[in-house]
Amino acid sequence: MKTTVETRSRSARRQRRPRAVLPLLSGLLLLAGCSGDSPSALNPAGTGAARINGLWWLLFWISVVVFVEVMALLAWALVFRRGAARVRHGQPLRFVTIAGAAIPFVILVAVYGVGLRDLAALGAGPGRDALTVEVTGHKWWWEVRYPDASGATANEIHIPVGERVKVRLRTADVLHSFWVPQLMPKTDLIAGETRETWLEARKAGSYRGQCAEYCGTQHAHMAFLVVAQSRAEFDAWLARLDAPARAPRTDAERRGQQAFVQGTCAACHSIRGTGAQGRVGPDLSNVGSRWSIGAGAVPNDAGHLGGWIANSQTVKPGNAMPPQPVDAARLPDLIAYLRSLE
Amino acid sequence: MSTTTGTPPGVGRDDLERLTEHWEEPRSLRAWFTTVDHKKIGRRYLVTAGFFFALAGLGALTMRTQLARPEAEVLSPQEYNQLFTMHGTAMIFLFATPMLFGFGNFLVPLMIGSRDMAFPRLNAFGYWVFLFAGLFMWASLPFGAAPNNGWFAYAPLNDVRNNPGLHMDVYALGLLFLGISTTAGAINFIVTALKLRAPGMSLNRVPLFVWAIVATAFMVIFALPALNTDNALLFLDRRFGAHFFDPSHGGNVLLWQHLFWIFGHPDVYIIVMPALGIVSAVLPAFTRRGVVGYPLIVLAIVAISIISFGVWVHHMFATGLPQLSYSFFSAASTIITIPSGIQIFAWLATMLLGRLVLRAPLLFVIGFIVTFVLGGFTGAMFALTAFDQQVTDSYFVVAHFHYVLVGGAVFPILAGIYYWLPKMTGRMYHEGLARWAFWLFFTGMHVTFFPMHLYGLFGMPRRVYTYRGDLGWNGWNLVSTIGAYLLAVSLLLVLIGVVHAVRRGRPAPADPWDGDSLEWSTASPPEPYNFPVIPQVHSLHPAWDERTVESTSSGATEDRILSHGRRTLFTSELDARPERAVRMPEPTFKPLVLAGALLVFFVAMLLAWYPVAVAAVAAVAATVAAWLWPTRRPDEELGVAS
Repeated sequence: MKTTVETRSRSARRQRRPRAVLPLLSGLLLLAGCSGDSPSALNPAGTGAARINGLWWLLFWISVVVFVEVMALLAWALVFRRGAARVRHGQPLRFVTIAGAAIPFVILVAVYGVGLRDLAALGAGPGRDALTVEVTGHKWWWEVRYPDASGATANEIHIPVGERVKVRLRTADVLHSFWVPQLMPKTDLIAGETRETWLEARKAGSYRGQCAEYCGTQHAHMAFLVVAQSRAEFDAWLARLDAPARAPRTDAERRGQQAFVQGTCAACHSIRGTGAQGRVGPDLSNVGSRWSIGAGAVPNDAGHLGGWIANSQTVKPGNAMPPQPVDAARLPDLIAYLRSLE
Repeated sequence: MSTTTGTPPGVGRDDLERLTEHWEEPRSLRAWFTTVDHKKIGRRYLVTAGFFFALAGLGALTMRTQLARPEAEVLSPQEYNQLFTMHGTAMIFLFATPMLFGFGNFLVPLMIGSRDMAFPRLNAFGYWVFLFAGLFMWASLPFGAAPNNGWFAYAPLNDVRNNPGLHMDVYALGLLFLGISTTAGAINFIVTALKLRAPGMSLNRVPLFVWAIVATAFMVIFALPALNTDNALLFLDRRFGAHFFDPSHGGNVLLWQHLFWIFGHPDVYIIVMPALGIVSAVLPAFTRRGVVGYPLIVLAIVAISIISFGVWVHHMFATGLPQLSYSFFSAASTIITIPSGIQIFAWLATMLLGRLVLRAPLLFVIGFIVTFVLGGFTGAMFALTAFDQQVTDSYFVVAHFHYVLVGGAVFPILAGIYYWLPKMTGRMYHEGLARWAFWLFFTGMHVTFFPMHLYGLFGMPRRVYTYRGDLGWNGWNLVSTIGAYLLAVSLLLVLIGVVHAVRRGRPAPADPWDGDSLEWSTASPPEPYNFPVIPQVHSLHPAWDERTVESTSSGATEDRILSHGRRTLFTSELDARPERAVRMPEPTFKPLVLAGALLVFFVAMLLAWYPVAVAAVAAVAATVAAWLWPTRRPDEELGVAS
């Protein structure tokens, strides 16, 4: 499933064993191939997800044992009771009560206890003075702000590695759900209320998150990236989020900026330090450095950016941005300018 | 059609002629619209629910085609979102419950030794409402106005600002309309099972299937008002500017979720419980003994129907409610698996002690056990809040509830179709075709849904119309799609099997399986009056019990023949002591007219033709008045109530 060996934790390595013991699973695995970089809950990189990963394997193995037992009873009946010479008319109530109620009860109580422990662990958020990220869900993108920085970014959350970061969740419209499988289970964004969760990455890296509560037409394209980096890198990144956007350096970039500020773009988007102060769409002050366009809809490169500007409705139908009447001659300038905003 | 040869001893030819005269409906178009025969209504429920199942299934097949590869463009996002919503809504509301109500309608009177349901006209009315509500909802799809907010339709995405158009009006009104049918059916089952049981069928001799149907009916009556309230509030919000779910005006979006799941979790058991009842009904014939632990299973049924009202918050484990309430609902959700465990082990014990006869119905029961147990494991996992938060709303939960609902409802339904097809149609099905259908269905089920556990864990959320190709989900999604086509082929084989049986099947004897319950003591298909002599029940397995069999032959008495007039027997609730004979209603157009007037009302509300809606309300009131108007009984029937 995973390609990067260095990101595999010990518990993640354990996930290969059950596949080897279950022929059905391994057969299917061969069929499907094991390529790709899944944002897998079984490849945890954060404190919260690691705990759930442990819980999962406990539940998995209990299920395997009980399933084998049930299947053995079923197989016994199929082999030995098919056309059996005589029907036995007993009422083995003790067997039914012990196997169907007493033993499950003991297992379930124990598992419930472990579950409560893990629930409490997930509830133990960071301290008061922890770094806070304010995330607002929109149809269909994520607005990301930090109380310590004047700027905003979108669909990308930077955090310092090894620190427990508070995430404050609000929604501007409908319900969404904040989910980074490798770091932390879900917390819903509830209209009219504020919810809190936290993130703690144990390893530097990028972890994909995605909206998990159905939120309308483009629910499928509401992904984000959590970038866990060293404290120094993070501080530098945050400082840039507090400063004006990078000024244009070439003529093309200057013409692009002019087109942006004076054209329709500025009605909805803002770029710090320019006249563009629209609040409808994402802040684009660092758009050139972001991982994707349209909250995970397409990669962030010049071609996709041009296509998005001209008619984002072909890329992400139903999103709030109408097709733009940008002069074909101006489009390369606009792309050059936006790409330069890092 | 009937295979009974000659006149059964114990009842005279003149009695039979009188019974036929009073109960038989002519084969005419008029009779088709006016019938109140529970067997015809039950069959109609099954066929109609099967039709809606096919529509919802084809929707799923289209979705799986879209998801077979990343970034496919088979469907637009708007189309996909309507399809997944209609798939869930139809499977839950228009297939599962009506299908099982269809079995209930056909079987409950036969199993308890009655000549019809307690309220035959209400029964006909319930069917027409179900049919009209289903067509009302499906008809929106060709107009691109089908519900598009998921089957649980969360606020505020369901409000008119976030979701303009008729989509969610169709949803709210359609479910309110359908709720009338479900409620009427539930009341009918309860009264039927309490008052119309054959004499001697005390509560401890009631078939497990009937127990399951009655418990289900009670759950419907307590759960459905929450859903109806939710949809009424939603419609008021959308159409008349109320703000129940609008936080900017003091409303609360979580109110929708609470009301929905107070209905929604019991509804899972409303679907699964009657299906488990089918399992308990099928097993005795193919293990050649009664199900082990009858009182334990009854207790389990009752326990589930009560506890299921205390677990709804486990659908809201990610909404950020207080941890203390989570720990309570987590405990309740953990405990509710135990009654299901008892039933599973009771069935296993039955199979371990009996002599297995491996016919198609038993194959489907075995498929049910394998699948439902796996769904049960993941169900217990979802009871743990911390784990739930990781996998809820991912494909893992899609896998889970398909294991529970396909495993827990569709497998038993298919077992039931093959088991009772001879009784319903008077024809035997083709065993080879049925076996092929089973193996393809079993394989297709697991090939489709097992991988969903995996790509759910690998981070794929549910309800996405597409996904990017670099996330490691491609291969698994393709496997699921292949499985979905296998499922389609297997269900086509089931359909072919049923059509083949009806057209070409060899005539079925009255009791092809040597079954244990009373429906097997009637003709295949049963006469319009079901039982020439209402049996006197002496045991839990009346058809295996010689004294009960004798009570309809040499031991027949006039008070159980009741051939003068259209009559059946009222008995006491607990012990089933005979109370009196009651006159049953004749065929009538009134149920159809009333359902039609309601259809006009709901269409008018949907399209905002309020004057028409008012007129429809007047028509409803007039029809109800005509329905309830006391009739002058002919003199010869006045002496009937003894």
